[in-house]
Amino acid sequence: MKTIFEEHEAGRGTAYLPSRKVDLGAYLPAGEIREELPLPELSEVQAVRHFTGLSRRNYGVDNGFYPLGSCTMKYNPKINEDTARLAGFAQVHPYQPEATVQGALQLMWELQRDLGEITGMDAVSLQPAAGAHGELTGILIVRGYHESRGDAKRTQVIVPDSAHGTNPATAAMAGFEVVHVPSDERGGVDVEALRQLASEKTAALMLTNPNTLGVFDERIAEIAEIIHAAGGLLYYDGANLNAVLGHSRPGDMGFDIVHLNLHKTFSTPHGGGGPGAGPVGVKAHLKDFLPMPIVTMENGQFHLSYAAPHSIGQMRSFYGNFGVLVRAYTYIRALGGAGLREVADDAVLNANYVLSLIKDHFELPFDRIPKHEFVVAPPEDLVRQKGVKTLDIAKRLLDYDFHPPTVYFPLIVHEAMMIEPTETETKETLKAFADTLCQIVDEGRENPDYVKTAPHNTVVGRLDEARAVKQPRLLERLGG
Amino acid sequence: MRFTPHTEEDRREMLRQIGASSVEELFSDLPQSVRLDRSLKLPEGLSESEVARLLSDLAARDLDMGQYVSFLGAGAYDRYIPSAVGELLRRSEFYTAYTPYQPEISQGTLQAIFEFQSLIAALTGLDIAQASLYDGATAVAEAAMLAWGQTGRERIVVARSVDPQYRAVLRTYAHGRGLEVLELPLRDGRAGAEDIAGAAEGAACVIVQHPNFFGLLEDVDSLVKATHEKGALYIAVADPISLAVLRPPGAYGADVAVGEGQGLGIAASFGGPYLGFMAVRQEYLRRLPGRIVGETADKDGKRGYVLTFQTREQHIRREKATSNICTNQGLMALAATIYTTLLGPDGLRQAAALSVEGAHRLGDGIGKVQGAELAFSGPYAAEVALRSRASVGDVQGAMLKAGMLGPLDLERFYPELPGHMLLSVTEKRTSEEIGKLLDVLQGVEA
Ligand SMILES: Cc1ncc(COP(=O)(O)O)c(C=O)c1O
Repeated sequence: MKTIFEEHEAGRGTAYLPSRKVDLGAYLPAGEIREELPLPELSEVQAVRHFTGLSRRNYGVDNGFYPLGSCTMKYNPKINEDTARLAGFAQVHPYQPEATVQGALQLMWELQRDLGEITGMDAVSLQPAAGAHGELTGILIVRGYHESRGDAKRTQVIVPDSAHGTNPATAAMAGFEVVHVPSDERGGVDVEALRQLASEKTAALMLTNPNTLGVFDERIAEIAEIIHAAGGLLYYDGANLNAVLGHSRPGDMGFDIVHLNLHKTFSTPHGGGGPGAGPVGVKAHLKDFLPMPIVTMENGQFHLSYAAPHSIGQMRSFYGNFGVLVRAYTYIRALGGAGLREVADDAVLNANYVLSLIKDHFELPFDRIPKHEFVVAPPEDLVRQKGVKTLDIAKRLLDYDFHPPTVYFPLIVHEAMMIEPTETETKETLKAFADTLCQIVDEGRENPDYVKTAPHNTVVGRLDEARAVKQPRLLERLGG
Repeated sequence: MRFTPHTEEDRREMLRQIGASSVEELFSDLPQSVRLDRSLKLPEGLSESEVARLLSDLAARDLDMGQYVSFLGAGAYDRYIPSAVGELLRRSEFYTAYTPYQPEISQGTLQAIFEFQSLIAALTGLDIAQASLYDGATAVAEAAMLAWGQTGRERIVVARSVDPQYRAVLRTYAHGRGLEVLELPLRDGRAGAEDIAGAAEGAACVIVQHPNFFGLLEDVDSLVKATHEKGALYIAVADPISLAVLRPPGAYGADVAVGEGQGLGIAASFGGPYLGFMAVRQEYLRRLPGRIVGETADKDGKRGYVLTFQTREQHIRREKATSNICTNQGLMALAATIYTTLLGPDGLRQAAALSVEGAHRLGDGIGKVQGAELAFSGPYAAEVALRSRASVGDVQGAMLKAGMLGPLDLERFYPELPGHMLLSVTEKRTSEEIGKLLDVLQGVEA
């Protein structure tokens, strides 16, 4: 497809604003006024067709099955899109007086309360814009907490080797040294190794549970005890909360701080790379460290409160990705507590169902009851003898109109494929996907080259990623 | 409501296939001690019609900028958004997709980001732009981290005339990395180049917003010169609409340009989701935070786009990554791309020009109001900072009564500016509305 720069034709633009001529020279110093503005001009029809055309070269949950592990690509209810666009939410300025935004503040206050109940936490901030931003908020809270106690020697954050990349990156951004704890043969934290690593230098342990292998760390109580006994805090990466909604809460597992990904667990759309929202919940002893402001209620009136003596400060402008919060709130109200528990039930049922259908065709690094997702690898003979790898299987899935699973993550599993069906898929879809995966393994044995050169039915074939770095072309300018 | 499709029969069959007797059995590895032995205390689930009603009742408790005429700005603007923007953003192939990890079925998102990067580079006059950051405030903080990474220097200098929220977020991030933040004082509402010599000694960067938080034009040429004399990076904070009419950061010597892209077709939405952007000179490419899209080809030579230069990012570099950012503001970058494409150079210029014109109509009028005056001297763009005899609360109250929103109380962020307030004008404000605001001001001051 052409780019907007290639479609440019001077004079084609549509007027959206009053055409009154303005003499800028009357208001701004001549030397400050910009002469050239090299932006493309398209007619509205051209622009609409251009972006509609782009949308058709995309694949979302509404197009089909999207079992992208760790990302919880569940269906995004359409009612959420309508509620977020209500004028009383979308057309509200963040600096409006509190008295004129009581609806928005009430929604935030209730969402803080409900997310606290869902996670077992005592206080919640809705400010963080995504999961990683929630992590940074949480680890800065860790830092603030130890500093407030004059405990300056806690310089380390422990992260499992199965952790998502944002965990170590976050710990570094918050000024900590990252210490890796290995996984044991059951896929959980190696508790003996953890015991060795935990010390008076430990600021926190960051953990995902169920973890990135999709298995629940059964020794969580012991892990919590080790970290707490060493004087550290326990941080919960909530990316996988979908698996345990209503069954088990991070607060009850011993965690002190948690972030959620509303764009995973709470059905807000991922937007092709955001916006998300990453609210952070804490236990009572950390409440005063939360970023400001928090929404409070007094006599039925809602306020933005900036009164937190130890607050880590502000994490972003204003109060959070409010439009995303409206969607998550809508979802929680629609489902209620029982509905949320059913989400976890079916997310876990679906993962186990797909696993049961494919397990004879794939390698299973950890043979356990998975929760909402699981990790497999292609059979050894396929990889070794035929040279068909995880990437090839993923690309071949595109030809069958499925989004592939997450690949090559977690890093501790060779040729990893991480499959997360989510709860919103039918049995028939799951079966069709499982059958296709098995069929691709057979194809790989019979005709490896065909699988290795997949996809064959997409708008472009496999793209040369090395060339993108060697001959970088990162933008286009008008006139080429 | 539920979005789980299984019938009881489905569940039975699936369990049979799995070899489990119940769904509970699939949770049997959760230790008793960590299980929730009660139901979640949440309101009962509702039908769609009930939820729709609940939410519209809540929304109705807010005053909105459709009913009320807004003179609030200061980082979030009530701008006109063409209908086509909203329409196209609801293409669910866009909004229900994840980050484009599988390029062959994500060319739509990828090309749109490539176009976004191109537009931001054109607007800022810099060499490269990345795919988006959370918002303007975190973009400022990330730019400071880039400068720290580049120079190894642990002092960040920021003008006090930069949006107070951006400075607050900068302090939060800087504290994490153990960096010092120094502010350049206000000199008649602006940064003074004479203050840089002392402050920027050993500094990684100097951060200046232009037009600044009060809408004033900064003396960027001397600020850039003073900054570079100290070997620090100059980080320009810019409003993208203003860039349609003002000399861009690339032209006046900035090394990095960051800003808030909300004005480019994104609803005010009580503060988010918005759009942070960052553009840099070529030499800082490998220090950029977040996603970057590049052009390449498949084996048949067909053009396509991919996420690239990923060795900067958390999923590969982990604790050595340039930032921890993963999910960013993709859909908002798409909104900005669509908006900018629709408006084109003339439309963008007109949005900026009408805003500047309206602000000056207001500013000139304020000069004639007894008891009120412009807070600072010198050229300004589309915000008007004023000082008044009447209290900010009285002005807000009178405006609200007249069906208007504003102004922002500046003392809240600047204790040294009691009785100061900020009004903003966009292309949506008519001369009648501005005239009415002047009448209201005249009325409160009297
Ligand atoms: C386990 C885990 N942790 C953290 C994150 C980061 O979340 P986000 O992309 O919202 O920043 C993700 C998602 O990408 C994840 O899967």
